[in-house]
Amino acid sequence: MSVHLVYFAWVREKLGRADETVTVPESVATVAELMAWLAARGEAYQEVFSRVGVIRAAVDQTHAQPQQSIVGAREIAFFPPVTGG
Amino acid sequence: MAVRVQTEDFDIGREIAALTASRTDIGAVVTFTGLVRGVSDGANLSAMTLEHYPGMTEAELSRVEAEALQRWPLQASLIIHRVGALEPGANIVLVIAASAHRQAAFEAAEFLMDYLKTRAPFWKKETGPDGTGAWVDARESDGKAAKRWGAA
Repeated sequence: MSVHLVYFAWVREKLGRADETVTVPESVATVAELMAWLAARGEAYQEVFSRVGVIRAAVDQTHAQPQQSIVGAREIAFFPPVTGG
Repeated sequence: MAVRVQTEDFDIGREIAALTASRTDIGAVVTFTGLVRGVSDGANLSAMTLEHYPGMTEAELSRVEAEALQRWPLQASLIIHRVGALEPGANIVLVIAASAHRQAAFEAAEFLMDYLKTRAPFWKKETGPDGTGAWVDARESDGKAAKRWGAA
């Protein structure tokens, strides 16, 4: 499955990219599984995506819990806890 | 009911006037303004930059507003949140809640801020006088404030 990933704040800085399109195997079906898959892609990814309790996700621009399915998602975002207001 | 994400500054008086213009059903208007402080954790700040997730920011603020409208009888509400580079003392966010009576307006304004702070996809980066930048950490107190309104 091909999906567009977007990164914000220090997630973007540590990965050195604001976005990318990846093709994930069928076995990667949830947000948590996607994070684990991303963590294996390299040192920077490992550093970011191993922080499971800290990194937040949104699937198609809606906040998502780790167990949420990503099947059919067009865009998945990863970011630190929000600090607006 | 409106949300705006913009780089430009806002004028509170003008926004209140626009919201209440030619209406006679509003008896209470409560506003909250968030500003950039010049000191953070004891260190002087020279600037703050607000990053956001275009698309999701507006959508999430609208969801927060819709939640407030479900809980309180509001005649009108407005959320304006700035993004980009801001200086100490600058306006960051404006929340207005208007209702027939004050209890709903006070409570809704507080709710809108508590929810906005934990859900709206903005991230603040502070720059010190030497030019070094540091991302602001989310505060546990904000999470607690949002939780007290019930299931978020």
